[in-house]
Amino acid sequence: MSNRIQATFDQLKQQNRKALIPFVTAGDPSPELTVALLHTLVAAGADVLELGVPFSDPMADGPTIQRASERALKLGVSLRSVLGLVAEFRQQDATTPVVLMGYGNPIEAMGWELFAQRCSDVGVDGVLTVDFPPEESHDAFEHLQRHNIAPIFLLAPTTTEARIEQVARLARGYVYYVSLKGVTGSGSIDLSAIEQKLPQLRRHIKLPIGVGFGIRDAATAKAVARLCDGVVVGSRIVEEIENSTEATVLDKVGALVKELRAALDQS
Amino acid sequence: MYNYPDSTGHFGQFGGMYMAETLIPAVEELTAQYLHFRDDADFKAELAYELKHYVGRPSPIYHARRLSEHLGGAQIYLKREDLNHTGAHKINSAMGQALLARRMGKKRVIAETGAGMHGVATATVAARFGMECIVYMGAEDIQRQAPNVFRMKLLGAKVVPVTSGSKTLKDACNEAIRDWVTNVESTFYIFGTAAGPHPYPMMVRDFQSIIGVEAKIQMPEMIGRQPDAVIACVGGGSNAIGLFYPYIEEKGVRIIGVEAGGFGLATGKHAAPLTANAKIGVLHGNRVNLMQDENGQITETHSISAGLDYPGVGPEHCLLKEMGRAEYVVSTDDEAIAAFDALCRFEGIIPALESSHALAHAMKIAPTLSQDTVLLVNLSGRGDKDMNTVAQIKGIRL
Repeated sequence: MSNRIQATFDQLKQQNRKALIPFVTAGDPSPELTVALLHTLVAAGADVLELGVPFSDPMADGPTIQRASERALKLGVSLRSVLGLVAEFRQQDATTPVVLMGYGNPIEAMGWELFAQRCSDVGVDGVLTVDFPPEESHDAFEHLQRHNIAPIFLLAPTTTEARIEQVARLARGYVYYVSLKGVTGSGSIDLSAIEQKLPQLRRHIKLPIGVGFGIRDAATAKAVARLCDGVVVGSRIVEEIENSTEATVLDKVGALVKELRAALDQS
Repeated sequence: MYNYPDSTGHFGQFGGMYMAETLIPAVEELTAQYLHFRDDADFKAELAYELKHYVGRPSPIYHARRLSEHLGGAQIYLKREDLNHTGAHKINSAMGQALLARRMGKKRVIAETGAGMHGVATATVAARFGMECIVYMGAEDIQRQAPNVFRMKLLGAKVVPVTSGSKTLKDACNEAIRDWVTNVESTFYIFGTAAGPHPYPMMVRDFQSIIGVEAKIQMPEMIGRQPDAVIACVGGGSNAIGLFYPYIEEKGVRIIGVEAGGFGLATGKHAAPLTANAKIGVLHGNRVNLMQDENGQITETHSISAGLDYPGVGPEHCLLKEMGRAEYVVSTDDEAIAAFDALCRFEGIIPALESSHALAHAMKIAPTLSQDTVLLVNLSGRGDKDMNTVAQIKGIRL
């Protein structure tokens, strides 16, 4: 594997730092602003970018990311155009890993082979398909592997040991641990539960482990970062986008991500 | 020998278990528990008792003689699922799933509902067994099906309006899945149709198969043989698969599923993924024919009947179509209304708008068939819930 994800985590490890992995939905607040927003995230201290591919039926997402998805779809954003946005981002950033996150059907509609090929062409590094567990990922996995794109898998508090082993065999890049039972942006996370679960994950997973769902502020990000290799912040950033105007969005999101970065670097 | 799904929940290329990781252990546990209790003598005895004494099974088969004479061709027989307690076939599966939930120690049940019949059935069994019940229902369907909303509330359920997306059945499904992922340990999701992640398509089919199992005994008693065709409406397709499944190996019996043609297939405003040859995709846990745009976004559907207003269809129907064992056709909104009126006037039976689609197709083909041809139509529900919709179409204020 190339790959930007591994290089990034290797470098962070040498520096004894934790990865900050922000999530934004492609095309929110507008397709014109997405690339600038991604550069802003990187400038503010993001290490890996998770870029949401909008879907009409985002079953695993809470209201905040649902609304972002709806806004983007209304503006005509599609998987095709998201890939175009990544290509545009890559013109000025050749090093920051980009992971596409979304649901399987838009990829199914394009076809996995063409999708994986396009990902490789535009510089996508990983793909996380929320509703494709390992059991249903054989085809997807094969095509992604062929084009050197990392399949990113979720693990959850409910995941059994046998399934952790299965994911350990298939996953590349990093593994995303969903810190709570629920949809994105819900509830507050239970640090002690994460602390208890991580050794079980580490027994099988040799890749970096990112933790996300329910990380809403710098203090929580810092506390979670102590336990793992990276923190994913999604709904909180999307909320900031929702509460901004097009004129203020880059500054406001940049300030939030800087705050998270500073907290992580103290952990 | 027809034997689906396979052990991983696939019906050929269809079906499967496409869910977020948090829910996978829950569906695996459900599969294990269901497979265990399915063959458990106590479970089977309790289900049989409840179906007989609480639901009121077996449901009769009725020869719609006046309607058949009027049409002047094939004889139309009706499997009277509308006579079940709560007025539709949905209770067959809700009861089975509630008994399973009890054995699994779950005290909270959730459901999605379109027309409200599955919501009412779930609220009913929850009341019957003293379980907390939350029903997710699209805001638009709450308008269309107000009497059922009131029934659910009377039965003690909490009805949560869903305002995202198209505000109909698919969005109610999304919201129920979100609840389940949040409350997975305490909660049993009583799914309404023979779709969703494995084991639901199999489990709901098995519970609904009582319809076809009874029919296969009743038809020879009534006419000395099996019918020439079995006909049922297909949204997700639970009443249809319940009638069809026991007939799959009866090669002489035609199997006809009737989807919602809405304003007509040519208008694009319908809910007929099979008839319209919709592209195969993944939604709500399974791979099926799915109404979607060229970018894989799920498109909004239209049907006069809330219970059929869904962009997907159960995976076993996709397989039966692919194998050529079943045919799938549509009835439009207008044809369904005409069938609704006809059954009211000729037989004194007010059918659900969903079931009216199946009846409409039987009425369409009956005149082209000989008088000794027998069509068995699944009258999956009664139409009391549709009074507002029908009155509105006729320009009447209730």
